[in-house]
Amino acid sequence: MTAVDTDLSAFVAAAPKGKGRLELLVRGARCASCLSKVEHAAASAPGVETARLNLTTGKLTVMFWNAKGDPAAVIRAVEDAGYAAGLFDPEAARSAHDAEGRRLTLALAVAGFGAGNVMMFSVPIWAGVFGQEVTPVTRSLMYWLAALVATPCALYAGQPFFTSAWRALRRGKANMDVPITIGVLLTLIVSFSETIQGGRHAYFDAAVTLLFLLLIGRWLDHQLRARAQGAARDLLALQAPVARRIEAGGAERGVPVREIGVGDRIAVLPGERVAVDGVVEDGRSDIDNALITGETAQTAIGPGARLYAGSLNLTGRLVLRTTARSEDSTLANIARLVEIGAQSKSRYVRLADRAAELYVPVVHSLALGTFLIGWGVGLGPREALLRAAAVLIVTCPCALGLAVPAVQVAACGRLFRKGVLVKSGGALERLAEADVVVLDKTGVLTEGRPQLMPAQPADVRAAAPLARSSRHPLAQALAQAAGEGRAADEVTEIAGQGVEGTIEGRRAWLGRASFVGADADGRDTELWFRRDGEAAVRFVFVDRLRGDTVRAVSALQARGLAVEVLSGDAEGPVARAVTASGIAEWRSGLTPLQKVAEIERLAASGRKVLMVGDGLNDAAALARAHVSMAPGSAVEASQNAADLVFETGELISIVTAIDVARAARRRALENFAFSAAYNAVAAPVAILGLVNPFLAAIAMSASSIAVTLNALRMNLSGGRA
Amino acid sequence: MTIVLLLAPASLLIALIGLGAFWWTVKSGQYEDPVGDAARILTHDYDDAPGGGA
Repeated sequence: MTAVDTDLSAFVAAAPKGKGRLELLVRGARCASCLSKVEHAAASAPGVETARLNLTTGKLTVMFWNAKGDPAAVIRAVEDAGYAAGLFDPEAARSAHDAEGRRLTLALAVAGFGAGNVMMFSVPIWAGVFGQEVTPVTRSLMYWLAALVATPCALYAGQPFFTSAWRALRRGKANMDVPITIGVLLTLIVSFSETIQGGRHAYFDAAVTLLFLLLIGRWLDHQLRARAQGAARDLLALQAPVARRIEAGGAERGVPVREIGVGDRIAVLPGERVAVDGVVEDGRSDIDNALITGETAQTAIGPGARLYAGSLNLTGRLVLRTTARSEDSTLANIARLVEIGAQSKSRYVRLADRAAELYVPVVHSLALGTFLIGWGVGLGPREALLRAAAVLIVTCPCALGLAVPAVQVAACGRLFRKGVLVKSGGALERLAEADVVVLDKTGVLTEGRPQLMPAQPADVRAAAPLARSSRHPLAQALAQAAGEGRAADEVTEIAGQGVEGTIEGRRAWLGRASFVGADADGRDTELWFRRDGEAAVRFVFVDRLRGDTVRAVSALQARGLAVEVLSGDAEGPVARAVTASGIAEWRSGLTPLQKVAEIERLAASGRKVLMVGDGLNDAAALARAHVSMAPGSAVEASQNAADLVFETGELISIVTAIDVARAARRRALENFAFSAAYNAVAAPVAILGLVNPFLAAIAMSASSIAVTLNALRMNLSGGRA
Repeated sequence: MTIVLLLAPASLLIALIGLGAFWWTVKSGQYEDPVGDAARILTHDYDDAPGGGA
């Protein structure tokens, strides 16, 4: 996607003082010397003031002296230094700033400060618990100092919880943050009132320590999501949709696809994807629709043909008159289906929230009951309120809040190292529940590119020189089968038809049957070759299975998952592929809508579907399925719609992901069981008024540490955990 | 006991300085590129924009 010969100044964003700012994604830079090579190369391009590469994200930020910088020159300079560079959509670049992450980090730091320093005043009081001499005056002083440290820290660090709880309450719902908020605020209020009245028990340290432990869980969860989203965004940015708009004067200018309007003229070079729906005005070529419809055969097109956004232009330069804006094109219609699917997915209730649904009412009625009954049996409102607060503190879901994020961070980290990107913790939970796997054929079961079927070696050798001089994928597959060698002379490529040239002094033709002069109607994906004065020979191509398809399918079946294939391709190729990979259930010739209908049928019968697909025609099905995966070679819409993306190019990654997801689910459930057991012991102790601030602090930290250690077992245990 | 009244504020002050320093590092973007910052000490170029620059 390096549009080096086009004017790309639309990608330069305005910066203060009239300067220009450009963001590029650089791949392959890993070390200190790469860093300085890339920066020096970029800085040497005309008009560049500074260039700075972020090695962590791979983002190169280039500042131009003025807004008229030339991105193409920078890209060329970086590529000449030996690194791949791609453009970032300016919109995507702007939204990449992680403000929430910073807020959480600061809240965590403040809570940590508070939790650590309040101990300075808590420990002397605990000494009083163990019979050391602490006079009421000293105790009161210590509590006041603790209040001084803990209150501002708790009020600041608690904000993420307070705002979330308030949002949930306004919608009439209760989430985990509601008891946390009530617990923290009630603890602070009761502690103040106790301190004023010279009471023995105040819990300033508990309030802030609680927030510290909870924020660790919250922060881990956020890091996980931010990293996955960042990586997904980078994948998409690499395919940044640049369209070459032909201006009134005839000059080509690269613009973001969003800016293309109806009736604009755009050029599409061989090897590029069509950016917007349109009608061909000029040029002939072959079009690969595999990503849109799942068909493996290429179609020849000429002026007047309708093209859809996302199809790949193979052989000739085309000029299109656009018929839709990017948000109204075929892509956008599929995107709407994706959105509907995503909404159905957002109804999924995550494990932690399901736990909260049980937990919140139980704990609240327990605390309320403690207060009312305690008052009723003659404890007095002050002591009853203190006990109710103690119940809220010891049962506060620190362990519960850490139980799931800690496991998921460990699990996602493990998958990330194996080349599988998980976009959210929820996806991992849904993956663990899947009981049927639906696979697409083209690009999932198979490699997604044609390979030559066995043919006469003499024929292959004879046709190879012509094949080497063509860019058509079938010809390239033929050339690859023939190996290294010389190319033909006097070659002319007729877009959409074939190539003609001279081999050892004789004219020869390679292309479709009609072009070569053979009398046949091509059903399979095929190429014909004829030398002057000889009969035509045929080469047949198939899209071969991935190397590990058979192994992956049987591994899935061994884990009790049903495997099905839903393909948009014709019956013949699909039947061949499923038979070879050992799958009994399959359907062919499906439109994107029919795929969604099939998924819905499965869902209606109570199955949890894992959909794996790579084409635009799969995007809606990916979004609708219970959980979905896409290979890294998939189109942007599918990577967007999928919950997991695997970059390994191996189907066995699906099995790995399922194993890790199931192990993570087991760990999370163990953690819940532990938390429940802990609360079953702690709550009665608190109700009976046996809790003191020291016990509360110990119990809270111990349960959180136990849960975290259990989560870390994810990383210790090998393979199947 | 009176020494507590001196030591407690003093230790709090020191801790606050630490918190303030951390706050500053976050706000000035020093955690944006840990890999790059580790690599930069090995290059001979003078780095005039530590902390991610832009």
